Amino acid sequence: MTILAREQRHSITVKVNGLRYTGMATPRTLLADFLRHELGFKGVHVGCEHAVCGACTILLDGLLARACAIYAVQADDTSVETVEGLGKPEALAPLQAAFQEHHALQCGFCTPGILMSAKAFLDDVATVGVAPTEQQVREMLSGHLCRCTGYDGIVKAILACAEQAIGKSRHESG
Amino acid sequence: MTEPVFSWIGKALPRKEDPALLTGQARFIDDLEPVAGLRHVAIVRSPHAHGRIRSIDVDSALAMHGVDAVVTGSDIAAILKPIPSVVRTPIRYMPVGVDKVRFAGEPVAVVVASDRYLAEDAAEQVSVEIDPLDPVVGPVAAMCDTAPLLHEDADSNCVSFRTFRYGDPDTAFARAARTVSLDYTFHRYASTPIETYGVIAHAEKAPDRYTVWSNFQGPFVLHPLMAGALGVAGNRLRLITAPASGGSFGIKQAIFGYILLLSAVSRLTGHPVKWVEDRLEHLTASSAAAERVGRIDGAFDENGTLTGLRFDNIANMGAYLRPPEPASVYRMHAASNGCYRVPHIAVENRLVVTNTLPVGLNRGYGGPQFFFALERLIDCAARKLGFDPVELRRQNFLRKEAFPYTTPGGATFDSSDYDKAMDMLLAAADYKGLKERRADVRRAGNYFGIGFACGIEPSGSNMAYVSLAQTPEERAKAGPKSGGNASATIEMDPSGSVTVQLCSTPNGQGHATVAAQIVAQALAINPADIDVVTDIDTRNDAWSISSGNYSNRFAAAVTGAIVTCADRVSMRLRKIAAELFECAVDDVELADGKVRIKGIPNRALPVKRVAAAAHWHPDGLPDGLDAGLTETAIIHSETLTAPDDHDRVSSAVTYGIVFDLAAVSIAPDTGKMTVEKYVSVHDVGNQLNPLVVEGQILGGFAHGVGGAMYEELSYDTDGNPLNGTFADYRCPTAMEVPPVTVRHLTTPSEKSLLGSKGLGDGSSMTTPAALANAVADALGREDITLPLTPPTLWRMIHEDIA
Ligand code: FES
Ligand code: FES
Repeated sequence: MTILAREQRHSITVKVNGLRYTGMATPRTLLADFLRHELGFKGVHVGCEHAVCGACTILLDGLLARACAIYAVQADDTSVETVEGLGKPEALAPLQAAFQEHHALQCGFCTPGILMSAKAFLDDVATVGVAPTEQQVREMLSGHLCRCTGYDGIVKAILACAEQAIGKSRHESG
Repeated sequence: MTEPVFSWIGKALPRKEDPALLTGQARFIDDLEPVAGLRHVAIVRSPHAHGRIRSIDVDSALAMHGVDAVVTGSDIAAILKPIPSVVRTPIRYMPVGVDKVRFAGEPVAVVVASDRYLAEDAAEQVSVEIDPLDPVVGPVAAMCDTAPLLHEDADSNCVSFRTFRYGDPDTAFARAARTVSLDYTFHRYASTPIETYGVIAHAEKAPDRYTVWSNFQGPFVLHPLMAGALGVAGNRLRLITAPASGGSFGIKQAIFGYILLLSAVSRLTGHPVKWVEDRLEHLTASSAAAERVGRIDGAFDENGTLTGLRFDNIANMGAYLRPPEPASVYRMHAASNGCYRVPHIAVENRLVVTNTLPVGLNRGYGGPQFFFALERLIDCAARKLGFDPVELRRQNFLRKEAFPYTTPGGATFDSSDYDKAMDMLLAAADYKGLKERRADVRRAGNYFGIGFACGIEPSGSNMAYVSLAQTPEERAKAGPKSGGNASATIEMDPSGSVTVQLCSTPNGQGHATVAAQIVAQALAINPADIDVVTDIDTRNDAWSISSGNYSNRFAAAVTGAIVTCADRVSMRLRKIAAELFECAVDDVELADGKVRIKGIPNRALPVKRVAAAAHWHPDGLPDGLDAGLTETAIIHSETLTAPDDHDRVSSAVTYGIVFDLAAVSIAPDTGKMTVEKYVSVHDVGNQLNPLVVEGQILGGFAHGVGGAMYEELSYDTDGNPLNGTFADYRCPTAMEVPPVTVRHLTTPSEKSLLGSKGLGDGSSMTTPAALANAVADALGREDITLPLTPPTLWRMIHEDIA
């Protein structure tokens, strides 16, 4: 690739949390950088840039993805969900409220990524309708590093939400 | 009195900080673009552990698209003075290699470009020629006469050697019925916050000033050092911290080197510059806990009474003595007796520089190394002298009546009840049952062990303890120091709304929530209505050398400033109201958002009416009262004193406890260790917010588990770092942190205004020792090194084959 091509900026259109945004990215601009610095979604956090810590986790067309390991150009015409789409500070989503209640965050830097994984996990739980075990929650979380909490509060918050999700899906199907 | 004494304080209130963090609204350093025209920086680093810089060719990098400048170490040395250490050996810290490089990853040049991608491209094109020198990685090897010298101005890599004697240790050892010794090594690891360092530096011309945004955590004693290195008056270095910080655990202290580096680059290039550390940089060149090699000896009489302790410490400080080092070696010094009555103590400290990354603050700060020595010695002595480790400890514990207790090293332990804590530990762990289980497992030919570690948790430190690295004569020349000030400002504006400003730069510890609880209580308003600002701007906010977030100082020291300040605001409101009500101040109380006359509920005014009066009608205020409602309190605990001529120092305000029991099994065929039970008893005094307390304790435990079982920053013999990614540096995930049972013993501290004791380090200090003791018990041997990985344990079990 020549320098010229490398530096060429492309227009990228992504739907983020339901709204369409257009920004510019070079072929090597990481999706995490694009979302953060071009579109302003600062809730996407970057902790390692090598797909281990999980801080940058988002949903890309409904599937979990690490925004530090994807180029922005790959996300053209996709739909992205970030932590900003979950709930509002004055009206937290139940998952976020459970995190607050169970003290599942301290510095909160790992939290946006964990919330996105937890959301996907809980959506699955609601679909399947079977309560996860603590071990399953821990396994799901093993793609994330949190240095503050020791994970206990996170596990409790997700288990509490899973119970609600099951209750709700039972209620709906019943 | 109808109201409970503590109405908000002590409640498990959910955190104020959380809504912003949970919705992606909190602003961290990389989220800030505080000045226009920011340029981005990539740092060129040494690939060699040791060498002489021959040349740096920047031409091809400079010619690249988007590149503004390339600044080398010698450019920087022209405007940045090296930073001295408290140790008088002529070695200086520079945040960039100038003539030499002394560790792999050390900065040698800085590229400034219009974006980070281009800066990194150009950094690859900077060609650095280094004549390699032999490196030395281990501290013992570094002390050999033939070892390559890191700092030519010093005549040895052992840059400080001090001996200390309290009581008469020689006689204690000469008369001992039994002595027990343990040689040990303690490996290097780091707390690796998930958010890395970030710095934005702006060298302004008129006025000639540096303004720097960063996620620095303090201690702000580094501020005068930084100003000195930049050659400016203190008021020409304005440090601003980001509103949120993604964890630190001590690590973000060492960012000050990059504050200097980026400041110099901004000055040299004329651009405001931004740099966010990447993970490779963090793991190889930020900061870590000190590796230690040591020996500890204990003198016992025939009853198992500990009469003397001798510590021989060799600490690997990395390539420089970067301030506030060698504090990690002296943090526990005044408490060298641990939990025990031991009158005679000898300490020898050797500080050694090697071709590895410089060490610094890291959760537990000197505690994990210290308790690894002391608490391993006690378990080991129990086995050798034929005691149960519990009984040997009980035989030597400080008794409840002894508090407040002045240690041989000069510390004052405020309060606790060690015997009771031990009772709680044994009950929660079912010690008897565990011993039976151990016997059963062993009968079946398998490995099961139980280990203890009983620690004390010094909190709210006296910055002066670091000067124990100096001789009393050197200290006398420098003048006495005892700094441990804490400050807080409370402002009630004309509408009655309250803002609290703290100097404690939290990185996740919930200070805003707890501060709001304290102020809400004093002013009888709702914590939700109080804004707490925790980012510091040294130009606008009250701060002092000991500001910052370290040494568990919030509950031990900072809360005192908040209480004092809140009481002053409350007093002002009451005085103003007393004037309006024409009654005595003592008859006025604050309750339910009102200022009222006690016992006459309908003689009440809303707090905001009184606040408005303070601002709008100064002429009507009682004599001696200033207009407005702003108070700043700067408090200093009188417990903290300067070191005396006998090297005794009262180095912390409160001393909580952490008593741990670990039971482990080890699978013979894989060496995999399973933590079967872990119990931890804490005495944090009064809990100001149990939710936050629990979070700190569980987090500290996870760090202890990581250090004990998984994490190691290692080097090969050429000084190449081996853990450049989170795939190689193995932090525990949710799968690895075992369950822990936590119990609280509460003995309120008399040294802090709310009876609270500092916490946070917690089990990060004791878990490595407790798990190592459990493994020693399981395997029946004392030569235990960390981390306790399956290969390490397997090799110990299968020594004959391994
Ligand atoms: S930043 Fe993407 S996984 Fe760590
Ligand atoms: S809350 Fe700090 S890293 Fe998870």
